[in-house]
Amino acid sequence: IIKVERFGCGELVEVLNKMPTVGVEKDLLFTHLGKTYTDHEFDELCFEFGIELDDVTSEREDAIKASAGALSKKQLESFSDAIVYKIDVPANRYDLLCVEGLVRSLKIFLGDMDAPVYKVVGEPKETMTVQKSNTDKIRPFVVCAVLRDISFTQERYDSFIELQDQLHRNLCRQRTLVAIGTHDYDTVKGPFAYDARDPTKIEFVPLTPDDKSFNGIDLMTHYETEPTCKHLKPYVPIIKDSLVYPVILDSEETVLSLPPIINGSKSKITLDTKNVFIECTATDLTKAHIVLDTVVAMFSEYCSEPYSVEPVQVNYVDEGGKVVNSMVTPLMATRRERAPVAFCNSLIGISISPEEMKTLCNKVQLGPAELMENDTILEVTVPPTRSDILHPVDIAEDVGIAFGYNNIKKKVPRTCTVGAEQPLNHLGDLLREEIGRAGYIEVLTHGLCSIRDNFTALRRPVTPAVSLSNPANIEYQIVRTTLLPGLLKTLQHNKSASFTSGFKIFEISDIILADDKHVVTETIVGAKNRRKICAVYSGPTSGFEIIHGLVDRIMTLCEVAPEQAYVANSAKGPEEKYRVSREGWVYTISELPPEDTLAGTYFPGRAAAVLLTSPDGGEKIQIGTFGIIHPEVLKNFDILYPSSCVEIDLESLL
Amino acid sequence: GGAGSIGYRYDFQKEEAYKNLLRTHTTAISSQMLYKLANREGDFQPARYFSIDRVFRNETMDATHLCEFHQVEGLVADYDLSLGDLIGTIETFFKKIGITQLRFKPAFNPYTEPSMEVFGYHPILKKWTEIGNSGMFRPEMLRPMGLPENVRVIAWGLSLERPTMIKYKIDNIRDLFGHKVEMARTKTAPVCRF
Repeated sequence: IIKVERFGCGELVEVLNKMPTVGVEKDLLFTHLGKTYTDHEFDELCFEFGIELDDVTSEREDAIKASAGALSKKQLESFSDAIVYKIDVPANRYDLLCVEGLVRSLKIFLGDMDAPVYKVVGEPKETMTVQKSNTDKIRPFVVCAVLRDISFTQERYDSFIELQDQLHRNLCRQRTLVAIGTHDYDTVKGPFAYDARDPTKIEFVPLTPDDKSFNGIDLMTHYETEPTCKHLKPYVPIIKDSLVYPVILDSEETVLSLPPIINGSKSKITLDTKNVFIECTATDLTKAHIVLDTVVAMFSEYCSEPYSVEPVQVNYVDEGGKVVNSMVTPLMATRRERAPVAFCNSLIGISISPEEMKTLCNKVQLGPAELMENDTILEVTVPPTRSDILHPVDIAEDVGIAFGYNNIKKKVPRTCTVGAEQPLNHLGDLLREEIGRAGYIEVLTHGLCSIRDNFTALRRPVTPAVSLSNPANIEYQIVRTTLLPGLLKTLQHNKSASFTSGFKIFEISDIILADDKHVVTETIVGAKNRRKICAVYSGPTSGFEIIHGLVDRIMTLCEVAPEQAYVANSAKGPEEKYRVSREGWVYTISELPPEDTLAGTYFPGRAAAVLLTSPDGGEKIQIGTFGIIHPEVLKNFDILYPSSCVEIDLESLL
Repeated sequence: GGAGSIGYRYDFQKEEAYKNLLRTHTTAISSQMLYKLANREGDFQPARYFSIDRVFRNETMDATHLCEFHQVEGLVADYDLSLGDLIGTIETFFKKIGITQLRFKPAFNPYTEPSMEVFGYHPILKKWTEIGNSGMFRPEMLRPMGLPENVRVIAWGLSLERPTMIKYKIDNIRDLFGHKVEMARTKTAPVCRF
């Protein structure tokens, strides 16, 4: 293994804001909405509201797309061909992750219903006792609720499961932050306990497989190895190596669930379930509240008293059994938040009356709103379904959505400013034109490459570079420190191009060097970008003099004069009297010492260093190299013609 | 929290925030520029910035996705800007690259509020398609930088590859960017006009 010094690891980060997609059967959706739409009409409605009808498909079509081979007629028939709308919703709207929430929001937006008032009814009748000293070790928090007298149909049940999956994927960060457990309340006896126990001592009959009891360790092994349970495998690492596993227990010490992996078979929810006990265990209490409130808000619709929920007393006890913290959950808090009327108008760029603004709030589930302080302040209701409201700007945005973004009058910012390119980009652009004129074709190559391409294949020792941890592919091991491999790979992939009169390509782009001194806004990043020019000639002859000519041309264009000694050797002596250059900027070419880290790329004795003297520098700095490319390097890139190259640091010419 | 917000209410971990990564959007740099703008000598002056540069994402790779590509970004920092200013600026911008019919859809970005996705009627594709994303930076982001309270920053962005591939009828991003681009395509490319 090649040891590469790492000055900080560049990591490719997943795009965290992938919009969640909710699949809803079209007929079901329109039944709930109480209206039918054409695909186009529904698309328009979604657009105005802020969601996107991404795809119109069916379960059967999805199965066809997902399957590697062709499916048999019987297999196809097992999938429904009912039309399904795939709707993309914003990542911060957890209330839109199921058909119930979508329908409710759309109906309120259209004015077809009023926003429900969610109620926590009565005092807690049920208790959850948390053994804090144990659960603190692995998953500290739990919040609970009871949904009374609920009616499930197959559709409601499917939606109930699907909402939990959506929440688990998004807000719960793949169950690491929060995990939801739902239980048939009539199959178990409270009071309940939440503890974390030695896995070897846990006996549990899970939802699947439900034919036997496992201890904690064996169950984790089962989920890691059993192909039918592979959907649970990703969650095993969350608790596997812990000395204690989280467990939810009823009063008979039956394990009801093993968060965040799976619920138990005993308390399994069926279509006949009438009362539901919900527990959400978590490492983030704020998110646990949001998750529980969301599940309750969405499915309390199906209780005999709609939008009502029964609270649970959650008591955190210490080792002695003393209650050290307690709360009543779910919070289902309805907040009041304020935003100045003038601020909302100004931020959106509209000027509506306070009364109109107050009415618009009803469309977006921020009603009822009130006007305060002489109609200058808008005070809105923030229901538990709108956990995305953090600041007055969120209220203003909703006012804008209710008003309709496409109704806003457009204008442009008033202040005049003078535009320009960054000097380095400007210089680069000018040189690109000139080098193009010299007959070189411009290319644009990738920044990520393999250690082989960047060092070994160029016959260079491995020097510090920015490397990626967990690269998916050898092609993404490091960020390039030279532009040369990109150009050589371009030649490699363009064998059908004509080389007979010389094939010339170039690139002006960034490389990244490890640099422990480079600071931007007070943080040492550990790496610095550097702009380079790189060109390659490949043809029937090596083209050393052609590349050399390019070097001289670049220097002339950048107002850098050749040293007297250098000019004396040149055939272009007479042209020198017209040269314009910057005071004190001088360059020369000298033989590249064989011990230079870049020397291996070149044919021995046919490599040169470009040395620059500038007024700031004082002494000569090597700003680049050029020469005939070593045959082994050509072989490594499968290039059949003799070639030469140059690579110069552009920034030093600025 | 801060700047009048209830915030995310979890424990912020500095070590997590200091981890190095290859930027997934150029907004990482434009926010550094805004910080410099707020703290320069002579104090804040309204400014307009743009950037066209490379970003890196851990995408599933397919015909139209590589793990590195380019973003075009513009932003305006000025007093009392509104969503109307953002809409007007975006319309002016897209007119320059041949898209004149635009519609705006409410969207979500963690660092902008309000946010809008920009849809345009594409003259070549002959259909409405998403052409960009935009928004006004949140106060929780701007105030800690030291930007004055009534300064608002509007910003919009799009990828460089997508409009280019549409314009030049290129199906695979590898035919546009990287070492597998055919020289013949480069040699026959026209000047770029709209």
